[in-house]
Amino acid sequence: MFQHDRLSNEITLFQKIKNLDYILLISVILLSALSVFVMYSTDGGEILFHTKNHFVKLAVFFPLMIFVAFFNIKFWHNFSYIIYFIVILLLIYVSFFGLKSSGSQRWMDLYLFVLQPSELMKIAIIMCLAKYFHRIKIENVNSFTSITIVLSIIIIPIIFVIAQPDLGTSILIALSGLIILWLGGMKIKYFIYSFITFLISLPFIISFLKPYQKLRILTFLNPDRDPLGAGYQIIQSKIAIGSGGLNGKGFLKGTQSYLDFLPEKHTDFIFTLFSEEFGFIGSVGLLILYSIIIFRIVRIGAISRSNFARLFCFGYAFAIFIYIVVNLSMVLGLLPIVGSPLPIMSYGGSSMLATMIGFGIVLSAKINHKQMIA
Amino acid sequence: MLKSNSGIRKTDVINRRMFIIGAAKVVIFVGIVARLFSLQINENKKYLTLSDKNRIREWKLPPTRGNIVDYFGNIIAGNLKVYQLHIIPEQVENFNYLLVRLKNLLNLSDKRIARINKLKAELKPWDSIIVSENLTWGQFVKINNYLYDLVGVKPVMTISRNYPFNDVYTHVLGYVSQPNEQEILENETIQERFVPGMKIGKLGLEKRLENHLIGTNAIQRYEVNAYGKRINQLEHQKGKQGSKIRLTVDTEIQKACGELLNEKAGSISVMDIYTGDIIAMYSSPSYNPNLFLFGISQEEWQLIRNNPLKPLINKTLSGLYSPGSTIKPIVALSALENKVIDTKFKVKCTGKMELYGQTFHCWKEKGHGWVSLKNAMKQSCDTYFYEVARLLGVDRLNITAEKFGLGKKVLGDIFDIEKKGLFPNTKWKKNNLGKGWVLGETLITGIGQGYVQTTPLQLCMMTAQIANGGFVVKPKIIVDSNPISYEDAKQSMESGLLFDTDSEELLDKKLFINQKNIKIVQEAMFASTNERFGTSYKSRIDDPKYQFAGKTGTAQVKRISKRERELDLELEQIPYKDRDHALYVAYGPYVNPRYALSIIVEHGGSGSKAAAPIAKKLFKLIIDRHDLRNKQSNFERITV
Repeated sequence: MFQHDRLSNEITLFQKIKNLDYILLISVILLSALSVFVMYSTDGGEILFHTKNHFVKLAVFFPLMIFVAFFNIKFWHNFSYIIYFIVILLLIYVSFFGLKSSGSQRWMDLYLFVLQPSELMKIAIIMCLAKYFHRIKIENVNSFTSITIVLSIIIIPIIFVIAQPDLGTSILIALSGLIILWLGGMKIKYFIYSFITFLISLPFIISFLKPYQKLRILTFLNPDRDPLGAGYQIIQSKIAIGSGGLNGKGFLKGTQSYLDFLPEKHTDFIFTLFSEEFGFIGSVGLLILYSIIIFRIVRIGAISRSNFARLFCFGYAFAIFIYIVVNLSMVLGLLPIVGSPLPIMSYGGSSMLATMIGFGIVLSAKINHKQMIA
Repeated sequence: MLKSNSGIRKTDVINRRMFIIGAAKVVIFVGIVARLFSLQINENKKYLTLSDKNRIREWKLPPTRGNIVDYFGNIIAGNLKVYQLHIIPEQVENFNYLLVRLKNLLNLSDKRIARINKLKAELKPWDSIIVSENLTWGQFVKINNYLYDLVGVKPVMTISRNYPFNDVYTHVLGYVSQPNEQEILENETIQERFVPGMKIGKLGLEKRLENHLIGTNAIQRYEVNAYGKRINQLEHQKGKQGSKIRLTVDTEIQKACGELLNEKAGSISVMDIYTGDIIAMYSSPSYNPNLFLFGISQEEWQLIRNNPLKPLINKTLSGLYSPGSTIKPIVALSALENKVIDTKFKVKCTGKMELYGQTFHCWKEKGHGWVSLKNAMKQSCDTYFYEVARLLGVDRLNITAEKFGLGKKVLGDIFDIEKKGLFPNTKWKKNNLGKGWVLGETLITGIGQGYVQTTPLQLCMMTAQIANGGFVVKPKIIVDSNPISYEDAKQSMESGLLFDTDSEELLDKKLFINQKNIKIVQEAMFASTNERFGTSYKSRIDDPKYQFAGKTGTAQVKRISKRERELDLELEQIPYKDRDHALYVAYGPYVNPRYALSIIVEHGGSGSKAAAPIAKKLFKLIIDRHDLRNKQSNFERITV
């Protein structure tokens, strides 16, 4: 009996490969391929710096995802706190020794590539909180101690990320953390109260914002305030998307991006270029692809035996959803401009690394969905 | 057991709450799709327009000016291909090296080089700098030969204004040159079509007819990037050349005028006495308008500006002269019309006339003896006209003179430099000088001295109106939409009516009370040229085909002192500035007259010696070209 149990726990490599979630895998591959083509378009229809690097990163991080998937979900459960603390240490490190670029200090040079620890925190915080809520008794969720602990887990990294300064990432980290709190069973009234408190304190928060952040909010409220300055990005982005129409202008034919009217087209505004060239149909197609990915992750969570895997998958699915929503709302002019990449599509190694690790853990949860964690 | 129970309860909570999140996700995604729909489907047109506005930029090219042709269709202001040299800084590898090379090849001045460097600093690197606006063919070939070594240099062929007859038409046409800010702001059409390098009319008809001549810009549409750099050309829209303008002038006659007045200061005007067509209008000396096209050099400009014969002044229109004896036909006519005199009226000329202690001299010191109107006109007896003016009074004379166009602009608003001149009366003096009229002033007004000031074109029109039997002519220099033939004009005139092409009405424009009086004046002018002792008898043509009638005039430019009168100096002995202006007005052929002219030679001495001989030479040409002109009158009609 014991032996049998051991055997059933130790799955062979062949079984692991067989148990991978192929719908999720194919969706990720499709998204990756699409992202290379779009990157090729941002380079003006040539294989230049961004296309090459993006491809190389995919070629490294995609196998990494499979590698992550082959570790037992129990392993990831066991190391969740440690990973969280390592990322916290990295955040502390960059806040002292990090690379500076355009007024913020968020990167560390790893020779081969430049790492942004705050991106990793997006995953680490989900892992850490999933483990916490996995272990805690449901009766104790709303105890003062536990609330203090989980809030500390969320607030500590956010302090470092805001200090960098990086408002966009810190909001995403906070939302990723809060969703686990919600899923873990924290009382609904706490969410309502804190939301009301947040609304009331909003004016005070705004008064603490940096001038450029205030400007972004003002610009969001009225982009025509300064069409060539602060409002330029959002106006040009809306023009690009709007002019795409139903079918788009065609691959490599997006005039807004081709003629350099789009700022940040490789990173945060990648969707704008995509939408200009592939139109409404392409954009909805991309949303459907993302929806499939999110749905598969949710489904894997739903079939998982352990609450850690379940919480992680649900939390991660929500995080992906939030990244997409924040990014799209920003380029569509529904939210102020906060730096937030579109998963996989945007150029940026750290974001892709974190996303791929996340997918890896989800796949690990799928392979080991029958795994119980004590 | 408790633990697993708790585990199951926890799973339930997680799943339940996940369901709520899932529902929220769907709603939010639907919201995003709705937003996409509104931008890409509903507002697609608006954003497409904005996107095109972003990427498409238009470049206007200088419009091609309309041609100006003479009555026979010869181009007198046209367009010429010119070769220019442009540099595109961003394509240049070594700018300084290039400038040194060009300096050697084209002999550019240091000033020019400094200007190019200044332009380079001001313009965007992809905007071309014009190094030379007008290369000679030789230079153009040279540049093309060395092109391999001149990276970033672009030889360009473009179109520029050209005046094939050089200085012949300068005062009529004016010239074109680069506009200044004021000129751009004042004219909306120029403002709208302005592009750097474009030239506009600065003077004369080029300026007056700017809006007709200017043409429309050719437009090149380019796709540009966010920094304004041209990426590729999308479209080339051809511009329309400006309207062709046909003038009434005859280049052959105009050229002859120029030759006849060579090295003299003066003016010749020739007019069709029925249609009012101005056949020639030449002010001497003239200057070459082509010099202004690419910026006139300082030396050339100083040469024109400092010329004592004042080439910059259009003497035909803005030169004001005392008409001298050329006014006598009007004085005679006025006196006849007012029944002050008749043909039998005689005055004894003793060479001078005394009035209130003042002496008024006749040009002939010994006097003419008893003279009638005809003889007085023929020999230009001043005493006779002193007496006639005294009897007539300046106010009645003024009425007749103004009827014949003195003291008024001849061409209306076509030339803004045209002067009105002045024909005085008692009221004018009272209002303007604050003094009462003195009878002595009437006497000198009677011989065209004193306050009277006329332009050469006014004298020409005055003569034309005497020649055509005393009818108003409407002078014009631009052939209008429905040109009236000379026969029609003559017929409508002789029926006492004039067809006004502007108002399309028949107007009664008789200038006389009794046409017999006009006839008397005409005969007197005929005698003056064609009978013995006539002042311009020496310049007569006996052949009836060319025979003309005229009146000389000699206008004093300063008061002649008693001493000078006694000295009776030869022309050459008097300083140039003090010499009299020579004038002559005439019309011909005497039978069935067609043309009137006025000639003035500044400081030329006497009218009979300096001005009348010019008329003799000119009339032959004018009459010889008469048939040609008649044939031409149905030449294509051009709408202005």
